[in-house]
Amino acid sequence: MASSSVFAGLAQAPEDPILGVTVAYNKDPSPVKVNLGVGAYRTEEGKPLVLDVVRRAEQMLINNPSRVKEYLPITGLAEFNKLSAKLIFGTDSPAIQESRVATVQCLSGTGSLRVGGEFLARHYHERTIYIPQPTWGNHPKVFTLAGLTVRSYRYYDPATRGLDFQGLLEDLSSAPSGAIVLLHACAHNPTGVDPTLDQWEQIRQLMRSKSLLPFFDSAYQGFASGSLDKDAQSVRMFVADGGELLMAQSYAKNMGLYGERVGALSIVCGSADVAVRVESQLKLVIRPMYSNPPIHGASIVATILKDSDMFNEWTVELKGMADRIISMRQQLFDALKTRGTPGDWSHIIKQIGMFTFTGLNSDQVAFMRQEYHIYMTSDGRISMAGLSTRTIPHLSDAIHAAVTKLK
Amino acid sequence: MAMCSRAAAAIRRRGGVALAPPHARAMASLFGHVEPAPKDPILGVTEAFLADPSPDKVNVGVGAYRDDNGQPVVLDCVREAERRIAGNLNMEYLPMGGSIKMIDESLKLAYGEDSEFIKDKRIAAVQALSGTGACRLFADFQRRFLPDSQIYIPTPTWSNHHNIWRDAQVPQRTFTYYHPESRGLDFAGLMDDVKNAPNGSFFLLHACAHNPTGVDPTEEQWREISYQFKVKNHIPFFDMAYQGFASGDPERDAKAIRIFLEDGHQIGCAQSYAKNMGLYGQRAGCLSILCEDEMQAVAVKSQLQQIARPMYSNPPVHGSLVVSIILNDPELKSLWLKEVKGMADRIIGMRKALKENLEQLGSPLSWDHITNQIGMFCYSGMTPEQVDRLTNEYHIYMTRNGRISMAGVTTGNVAYLANAIHEVTKTK
Repeated sequence: MASSSVFAGLAQAPEDPILGVTVAYNKDPSPVKVNLGVGAYRTEEGKPLVLDVVRRAEQMLINNPSRVKEYLPITGLAEFNKLSAKLIFGTDSPAIQESRVATVQCLSGTGSLRVGGEFLARHYHERTIYIPQPTWGNHPKVFTLAGLTVRSYRYYDPATRGLDFQGLLEDLSSAPSGAIVLLHACAHNPTGVDPTLDQWEQIRQLMRSKSLLPFFDSAYQGFASGSLDKDAQSVRMFVADGGELLMAQSYAKNMGLYGERVGALSIVCGSADVAVRVESQLKLVIRPMYSNPPIHGASIVATILKDSDMFNEWTVELKGMADRIISMRQQLFDALKTRGTPGDWSHIIKQIGMFTFTGLNSDQVAFMRQEYHIYMTSDGRISMAGLSTRTIPHLSDAIHAAVTKLK
Repeated sequence: MAMCSRAAAAIRRRGGVALAPPHARAMASLFGHVEPAPKDPILGVTEAFLADPSPDKVNVGVGAYRDDNGQPVVLDCVREAERRIAGNLNMEYLPMGGSIKMIDESLKLAYGEDSEFIKDKRIAAVQALSGTGACRLFADFQRRFLPDSQIYIPTPTWSNHHNIWRDAQVPQRTFTYYHPESRGLDFAGLMDDVKNAPNGSFFLLHACAHNPTGVDPTEEQWREISYQFKVKNHIPFFDMAYQGFASGDPERDAKAIRIFLEDGHQIGCAQSYAKNMGLYGQRAGCLSILCEDEMQAVAVKSQLQQIARPMYSNPPVHGSLVVSIILNDPELKSLWLKEVKGMADRIIGMRKALKENLEQLGSPLSWDHITNQIGMFCYSGMTPEQVDRLTNEYHIYMTRNGRISMAGVTTGNVAYLANAIHEVTKTK
């Protein structure tokens, strides 16, 4: 008989709310079911997509017999790091030219956020990070486990289904000097609500005046508007003023590399000397976590970014994905208008990126799951990438029914 | 740029004025106080090796396998698996706990194909970021659910073990392991420490091919250790980074684990495919914890996932596909077993050759430990000063604890290496 385990009293963890949606969807036998839960891109046919340019890069790697699979350095693939910094900060960025950027390859956005958070908990004088209300469900856990205290700032206004800009400015104004502030670079998750450029400028001025440290999360560069440069404007604005910031970059969505876990953490520092020391300390965070990052995905990214033909091919495919999503927004909006569904649905076309915060309440969401087999998170967030021309009518019927039958 | 800024800092410290590089901004930095971190002792060796222009240089530092031409190797079974993946499979997120297929195959390797624990679904297991990631998940899990526990780590051990449990904030102690005089196991010292540790302590054990010493307990010694663990209610955590790579036979290399399982211990186990499948940079590994029953295994796995989610969300898919494809396909698995044996045999051959060379040179010392020790590393017994001489005079690179990576030894360099070792050790 096995002896009593030291873990005998351990409770099962609650299911992840986002991933739990897909679990429930998979169990549903209905032929009309639609999965608007997890944020992975789907084609018009509802299939996952591997970009053509990624397939090309894969083949190039396979066909190169001299390629080996040795350990990467702790900081990852050097070429990938340089190219990633250029991608987000711009090839002419003064911060890059002055060698003030420390970039380390990390495990997608999550890994970049965690490593950055751990670094700040060890080396930064302020241990509080302000995150927008609402934000991606994993953000609070990542930063708490990194050793930071998490507070929130107002962001989403349910009344307008837009930005609560006054609330945001007030909350950041009352943050202690030096506090860290998490900013979604574009395509805010889960609301799809982004500040305008003017609003970004005001945010920047306020933050710099209070020495608030920006920590950008860029998970959708190129995916939001279809333009890589446009989606990086908020970030570049902050870099242009010469100040410091952290940047977590992910290639999960914009290159479709989800499971390969490809990302980068960049820290823009006040001087090249500081950047060198910062990089050395980042290594001490990484080594006891996983020693060095996975090579496959980063090799694909580097292959694409350094070849101008492949880079251009990528931008075309990326724009294709962004355009399909923008088209879904328009079609859904039009369908609701046609049905005369009560309420203002313009937020569907004003919001940007993969997600729409519909404004539906949890009762309405549950109703839509029961009666129409529509799966979304209970906060009313839908993944536009999960929609197609074929399924829009069904979804708009469901929304119409939910809104008219329940309040 | 790095050297220039360090020089500038040095000038400033001496009270002089450093000329700032032309484009540097004199901006006050929020991170200006950050100290430069010390270099990693192991990885720093390869950096120095690469920088050396000497044609005679030899790298017996880092533990990555090399063939007899000193070249890194991609196994044929791996190349074939990758051919099957490219263009065919998508890159969707794995579940938080990783690839079920890869986990299932990994458990069979560690616990045995017909393991009752697998049948009874008593093992909580998740895909991890190679051995490091598996150890870290376990350390974080230990911290969260047994916050009063500590870990006993052998002396010496892979240096990163200390970093892992430190960053997980689990207090660590050491237990006696290596016996410098005999260059073997200090079994009496080890058993004393096991007996003197508080009941219910966690112990980190290297399942085979101890890193850095290459010194493993015999089967009889493992049985005694296991028995004493039962008496003391200790919890064994096995780090198995070299299954198949030590003796050439994965079943044989898992013997220690099987002994402990037979004796009823509820073990934890970190597995890595970095060396035995040559997947180094793919970060493919597995963490498993044997539980009382299926329900507990489900609960433990769910909690391990909760630790992974805020660290990296879900593990990388590519390496897991390579592992699953190879281990699921009988032909590929057979090829893998052959290739792993080939690597282990080459290393065993180089141990023999190095020892014979030293004996032929008339070394006054005993070099039996070279062939007694097992796996990738040989703890030569050389002092840091002797190692420095090897590096400075002979361009031979190894860690200063005298650890030689046998994988870096070839028929082409073994004589040179033996001669150099003889020269620095013959006096004293």
